[in-house]
Amino acid sequence: MSSLFTYTLRIADSSLILGQRMSEWCSKAPTLEEDIALSNISLDMFGQASGFYEYAAQLDGTKSADDLAFKRNEREFFNHQMVEIENGHFGNTIVRNFLHDAFNFLFYNALASSKDETLAALAAKSLKEVKYHLRHSSNWLIRLGDGTEVSNKKVQDSLNEIWQFTGELFEMDKIDTKLLNCGIAVDNSSLKEEWDTIVNKTLSEAKLIRPNDTYMATGGKKGMHTEYLGFILAEMQFLQRAYPDAKW
Amino acid sequence: MEENATVWEVFIQSKNGLAHKHAGNVHATDKVMALENARELYTRRNEGSCIWVVKSEYIVSSETEDGEAFFDPSNDKMYRHPTFYTMPEGSKHI
Amino acid sequence: MNETKFQERIDAEKKIEPKDWMPDAYRKHLIRQISQHAHSEIIGMQPEGNWITRAPSLRAKMILIAKVQDEAGHGLYLYSACETLGVSREDLVQQLHDGKAKYSSIFNYPTLSWADMGAIGWLVDGAAIVNQVSLQRTSYGPYSRGMVKICKEESFHQRQGYEIMAEMAKGTAEQKAMAQDALNRFWWPSIMMFGPQDSDSPRTGNAMKWKIKRQTNDSLRQDFIDKTVGQAEVIGLTIPDPDLKWNEERKSYDFGEMDWEEFWNVVNGNGPCNKQRLAHHKKAHDEGEWVRIAAKEYAKKQQLAAN
Repeated sequence: MSSLFTYTLRIADSSLILGQRMSEWCSKAPTLEEDIALSNISLDMFGQASGFYEYAAQLDGTKSADDLAFKRNEREFFNHQMVEIENGHFGNTIVRNFLHDAFNFLFYNALASSKDETLAALAAKSLKEVKYHLRHSSNWLIRLGDGTEVSNKKVQDSLNEIWQFTGELFEMDKIDTKLLNCGIAVDNSSLKEEWDTIVNKTLSEAKLIRPNDTYMATGGKKGMHTEYLGFILAEMQFLQRAYPDAKW
Repeated sequence: MEENATVWEVFIQSKNGLAHKHAGNVHATDKVMALENARELYTRRNEGSCIWVVKSEYIVSSETEDGEAFFDPSNDKMYRHPTFYTMPEGSKHI
Repeated sequence: MNETKFQERIDAEKKIEPKDWMPDAYRKHLIRQISQHAHSEIIGMQPEGNWITRAPSLRAKMILIAKVQDEAGHGLYLYSACETLGVSREDLVQQLHDGKAKYSSIFNYPTLSWADMGAIGWLVDGAAIVNQVSLQRTSYGPYSRGMVKICKEESFHQRQGYEIMAEMAKGTAEQKAMAQDALNRFWWPSIMMFGPQDSDSPRTGNAMKWKIKRQTNDSLRQDFIDKTVGQAEVIGLTIPDPDLKWNEERKSYDFGEMDWEEFWNVVNGNGPCNKQRLAHHKKAHDEGEWVRIAAKEYAKKQQLAAN
């Protein structure tokens, strides 16, 4: 497996799993308008996933995008652990998405300058979508943080719980470093400062307290995940696994 | 029981240069949400380049009873239309 | 503006708009019909939404999500049209939760396999299209305009479903069996979507007189069957009606007797999923209450700060 292949897969996997989580909101959102908004985000994520999986499939030469999405096992997925977190209540989803959207915004912005033309093009397209996602999750975080006492407590609790998954976003491993040196990959660690600025500003407007950095979860890049991923894949991959000869 | 949401009327400009057209309404609690909800509901198929939202309570409408007084008087003033005028034969650009 | 002038407008194919005088019965009929239509779109998101997380390919997943969100959109256009008649969306939702409002009974059937996504798109959306194309000419302006918008979007829904059925019908033996099974379960409920026979439909008289309805139940049902039989033949699936036969004289298909006991049972709340559909809708609504309240509170604070 080439480094470029793995790098691309990581991005695709995070988009796929977050898209899958967002698709679970269908018919369950607090308002109908928000139901449509959440499904649109889900569609954007699956669109991004498709783009990156198509590229990965090209690089591999033997598998299709669907093969990569539906036929790999838990330990072969390389997404951020953060995107596996359960949706929970609406506030929980907003907190998770906001923290990830802020990262994605900076990440795609940087990746759009990649020496790899395909990655750069995919990043530029995704950036437009992520701008809107960040806007959506920021505005909702502020409404809920600065809404009622009940809503403030709910999102503060979510923030406290989810914070441990933020460290992983800025990790660099051998593959990242190798590709960074070729001008292809993004220096994730360099995004931390700006991410802090965005996050601190929004948390302040949302009257929320930034949790302290204590234990940080890690391992997504090595195929180490939360216990949620197994269930997500079991549901998502069921039909393809149950009917291996079928074309859908 | 919860109080009712605020209703906003939505106007979409489908292409640069065209006028905004009324598309329907959305429910939202603030103007940012109203714009975004309008985007989600009314522009999923590339139907928009600009969106206006206005709280429904601010729309003022003419009344049906006033219809005759408001609109009929303009029906018999055909001299406002260019087709009313006969131009000399052979005349151009007029 | 009185009843006579009103009927003259109707007979002259003029649209009635929100500020126009209308008989109380006309207003009530519309509120009932439009809100039921809206509720149907929203409840319909559930049986189809059921298979989103299990869709068998990236393309299938995205298409299904796009379709289901269209249904949410259709519900919204319809609630929006209904609100012009002087009722709030919140009141309509309350009526749904109190069991005072109905929705299309087709959505009280469970979706048991992926093929059901095909059957629903092809048959249920297909039936909806026949009904909605007719309703584009309904007399109430906002309802008519809503229907035009909905019809534009609905054709992709039917094609999405038919494509799934066609692919499965020419796939593996298991896929073909799955598709046929879905057709077997959804055929009769789909033609029951057009409602009771004209002879059993008391409201049809007024609805036709006021041009709210432009074609009767039986006429729409016949239209749908005539259009659909050929589609099944093309993809090699069999419609589960042994009495289905082309009638050369009528230039239409004769079809078998519907199970009216099942029909009335489901309409009256005793279908397989009636309780589940309502409970799901209530739960989502209740669980979202704190969010809606928080958003309103935030907006209030912003207003105060601005003043």
